[in-house]
Parts: sequence; C-alpha cells; structure tokens
Amino acid sequence: MQLFYDGIDQPGLNTLAVYRDERGGYEMLSRALEMDPADVLSQLQASGLRGRGGAGFAMGTKASFLPAGNMDKYVVCNADESEPGTFKDRELMQKNPHLLIEGICIAAHAVSANKAYIFIRGEYDYVATIVEEALEEAKAADLIGALELWVHRGAGAYICGEETALLDALEGKRGNPRLKPPFPAVQGLYQGPTLINNVETLMNAPIILRMGGEEFAKIGTERSTGTKVVSVSGCVERPGNYEIELGVPSRHLIYDLAGGPLDGKRIKCWFPGGSSAPVLPGTDEMLDLPYDFDSLAKAGSMLGSGAIIVADEDVPIVQLALKTAKFYRHESCGKCTPCREGTNWTVTMLERIDSGEATPMDLDIMASVCDQIMGNCLCVLGDAMAMPIASMIKHFREEFEAHIEAARERNDLGLSIPQVNRDDHAGPGDLLQADGAGPTPAVV
Amino acid sequence: MAIDPSRIRRYEHGSRVPGWDEPADLTKAPALVPDPATTPVPAELRGEIEAYMARYPDFRSAAIPALHAAQRRHGWCSPTAIEQVACVMNLTPGYLTAVATFYDMFETQPKGRHDVYVCTNISCSLRGADALYDAMLSAAGDDPDFHVKSFECLGACDIAPMASVDGEYVGPLTEADCAQIVEDVKAGRPVLEAKQIRRRPAAGSRTED
Repeated sequence: MQLFYDGIDQPGLNTLAVYRDERGGYEMLSRALEMDPADVLSQLQASGLRGRGGAGFAMGTKASFLPAGNMDKYVVCNADESEPGTFKDRELMQKNPHLLIEGICIAAHAVSANKAYIFIRGEYDYVATIVEEALEEAKAADLIGALELWVHRGAGAYICGEETALLDALEGKRGNPRLKPPFPAVQGLYQGPTLINNVETLMNAPIILRMGGEEFAKIGTERSTGTKVVSVSGCVERPGNYEIELGVPSRHLIYDLAGGPLDGKRIKCWFPGGSSAPVLPGTDEMLDLPYDFDSLAKAGSMLGSGAIIVADEDVPIVQLALKTAKFYRHESCGKCTPCREGTNWTVTMLERIDSGEATPMDLDIMASVCDQIMGNCLCVLGDAMAMPIASMIKHFREEFEAHIEAARERNDLGLSIPQVNRDDHAGPGDLLQADGAGPTPAVV
Repeated sequence: MAIDPSRIRRYEHGSRVPGWDEPADLTKAPALVPDPATTPVPAELRGEIEAYMARYPDFRSAAIPALHAAQRRHGWCSPTAIEQVACVMNLTPGYLTAVATFYDMFETQPKGRHDVYVCTNISCSLRGADALYDAMLSAAGDDPDFHVKSFECLGACDIAPMASVDGEYVGPLTEADCAQIVEDVKAGRPVLEAKQIRRRPAAGSRTED
C-alpha cells in the first residue's frame, strides 16, 4: 500500500492546481477545522501513529501532553533531516509540499496552536524554496486560516535535529540541547507548550483523517501502524526511498526494492535505522527480521529514522567505524563532557587501530568509553555514536583484531604488545564478546 | 615508552569554535551593540533582516536567517557583516559571532563565492566520495571563486556520491564530472542539468512488485 508515493511524480503536485483541484487536497483541513480539536486529537491517537523522526514515540500521545487553555502554543515541524542515510523528508517535501502544510495545520488545530514553524536544514536550500512557494500559494488562497506559519532555515548542524537543540536554534541561539524535563510539550519554544514532529509524521495527519484513525491502525503491525518511507542507500543497486507497510521482511526492502548489493556481493552489515542504529550482520536470520519498531528493537537495533545503509563484504569494518565516529565527533555540540571527549577519543583509538598501534585491549577500552557515554548526556548524540561502534566491535571483533595485526605487520611495528589478562580488566563485560563466544583467553 | 607530546592533538578535528586557540586580547573591552549612527547598513539588508524579525515573537530568532542574508551579501560572515546584523538586530557582535561559529554553513574566514559541498559521509563514501572530494579539490584548483568543502551527510544518499553546488544537489557524480561543474559554475549555467536531483523521479514511485 502506498499512501505517499502513489503518483508522487505527477507533474505540478507541488502546486495548488494539482494538489487541491485534482487530488482533493486541503479537504481534510477544512473538515478538521469544523471538528472539535479534541476529536481530531482522538483520531490521531486512535491511529497509533509513531513518530517517524527516530524516537518512535506515539504522535497522538505526544500531542495530548500539551496543556489545554488559552495561551500561545506552537507547532514545530522538524525538517532538519541530517541523520546519515536518511533522505525521505527531502523527497517528500520537494515533491509534495502542500501535504506537509496541510498536516501542520491539522496538527496545529488538534492542539490549538496559533504559531507554527518549519525548521528546515540550511543545506536543503532548494527544498526550502519549494516549501516557501507552496506556503505563499496556500496563504494567498486563504487555506491556512489564522495560523502563523513560516519556513525557518537552519545553517548546518546535525545536533539541531534533536528537538530541544532545534528549539534553541529556532530561538536564534547556538543549537545546544536542553535538559529534559521539562519536555517541549510543556515548555518548549519561547517557554510555551510546543508540539515537535518530523515531516513524515505530520504528513500522515491528513491521511489519518481521510481514512479514520482506526482504519489507519489496520495498516502495518499492531504496534507499528501505517506505512513508512524507508531510505535505502550504500552498496545497493537502486538506492532510493521506498514506501512499505511496517512489518515486511527487511530482505524485501534490501533485495526486492533496492536491488540488493552491487555485483551480487554478500552483505557484511547494515544499519537498519540511520547511522545511529546499532549495525546488524548480513546473516539470513537478521535479513528476515520484520521491518518494524519492535522487531528491530528485539534484535538489538532500532528503526530510528528508517534509513537502511548497506555495507557489502568488501567494506573494511574499521573504515566504516572510523567514518561513523568522525561524523559524531564533528557534530558533537560540546556541551556535555562524555560526548565531547568520548567521540574524540573513540576516533583517536580507531585511528590507532587503523595504523596498527593499538592492541586488542584497546577494543575493550573503546567499548568502555561507549559505555560511559550512554545515558550520561543531555541528548542522545553521544549514544548515537556509542551504539553503532559498540555493535561493530561486538559483531566483528575478529576483524578488528585481524586489522590491527595486519596493519602492525605492514607498518613494521614488531610483535604484539603483551596484554593485560582480560579477566582482570574491569571493562564492561558482555558488550565486548563476539556473539555467543566466551571471554577470549588472555594473550601472554 | 616516552610520550611524544606532538602526537596528543586535541581539537585538531576542528572544534565547533574556529579560532579557539587564538589568543584573546584581554585588554580589549567587549564590543557593545553597534551605534546605528556610525554603522552604515545597506537598506536592502536592513529590510530583509527586519522582515525576518517580524516573523517571530522573539526577534532574536531571526539571527540565523539574518546571518544567511549577510553572508549572501558579503560573501562571508566578516566582522563588517556581523556588525551590520548586530546593529539592525540590537545584539552584540559577540552574540552573533557565537552563533555564526556554531553552524557549518557560516564562514568566519574569507571564502570563495561559490560553495561546493561534497558529501563525504557514510553512504557517499561507500560509493567513492573521498576520491570524488579529492578530484573536486584539484578541479577547482586554487581558483579563489570556489569554496570546496567536504560536508557531513547532505541528505541525498540516493544519488551518492553527490555534491551541493551553490545549493543545487547533483549526483551521482563521477570524477570526470568535477571539471564540468567548475566550467558550468564559471559560465553561470545551471550545473550538470541532467544530474540535478530535482529532475530525478522518485525511486519508490514504481509499484511495489
């Protein structure tokens, strides 16, 4: 079933002439405006729609946290799509900007917000222009009513995808995350109650109203309702966005839709939900996992922003880890010490591994750094580096060790340095061992 | 084993604060909000910034759009540009410098007029972005008009490896395309029209089976 991609390439879909006049757009908005906000909200809740930005929190529930009453409330659309591997919002906004505008207006009505902003990343300059033009058109046709809606361009910082950092950026500050709670639903933009949702989440609002919340909940699995636009990229034949019902096998996405790895190679590992998700090895068992929030969580990863990055057997895992870690080092805002220092040292250690100066014990230290980042910062950027790196060490420890040995030999660094007995080393236990294997015996 | 101090390089990766290691002049008083009487601001720039300020309940929200406008006008966030924004927005230059240095798209050092951002993040590097970046650097050479920068994920992994040329997304690129990009930009033509993302049909629009 395709809710977004059905005829998405129709020429002129970004204009009112096609979106409203031919395809019946904005009908749901006018219907919503006649309904009581509480009824709209209950439809959204009944749909079971979970946020598409990464955390997967139920959208209706989040909206219901906003206090009632007569005050300035805000809706912010998070269009700062910066998660490596994710490009669904870009395509959706570029091709169908009016659906987003309609969705924002419906969400604003549901929570009785009077101001709304679309925070779009600065790099998406041409997309922002398309959305702005659509917005002008909608305003001129008097479709969005009294809602004050503006497009706000960011200036390039991954951290601004985090909701509280986004609010700071929108308030004209450096994009540093805030301490939570208070959550934005209570105290967000300009200290007012704020609903923040991802582009794809908000685009679902008109569709939910059209179908009815309960009908929408029948799509997908019980706890992951609706369709999901999944960005597949990396070593595949046909990278792109594919819309699926949640719960299809991951293999279907990678092989049937995206065409599988290049030149019939094997998949070494894949990120199921953007670069922040722990990697899964390319085994049959993992590829047969249903692609939904809960199945991926059970397998030790996450759906995240719905971006699959495939790495084939020729990709050295150390290079992949280094690329990932360097990204987070560059994007760490520097506010919390564990993340600022942890990302930096992880890269330094990976570079040592790459050049052969490391010992296998460094893998343990690296995992312990990851352990100390997790949950100790204001936001999850540090965790987002720690999780994939720890999972790479877990699944591919042997390759890391072989890489060290090979580099050591290549650079003529002599024999391995004797290691401390790992049993005495107070590192984090289970995280370090390859699947099912017991502790590696200490080298003397 | 003696530790070689030169190998302990902190913040080498480029902290988000360029110039963090430059000495501060402690005798200098911090700059105040520039005096409108002595700070000429082009009327066009002032109008644009004031229009942005009117959009938000708190005028400070316009800082990023205003810096974008100033950077477009001046080429980079020069001290003059920041002073002009500060004057219109009634903020200190220090505040705006702090904002400008946080974001990757603002340059507080002189740069070429044409931005070429080459994505070198995970998906693009799996398709050869690092070689593309080197090719782009050598194609642009030392032409002062070009500002070639390797960028984190630009959100276009479907056309990996890709680049953003003055905001226009093009890809998938080969190393041979780099010379064409330089030529197109110099001639003022649309860049690599056939490879622009806005002309590309959605991969997922074909039916599921």
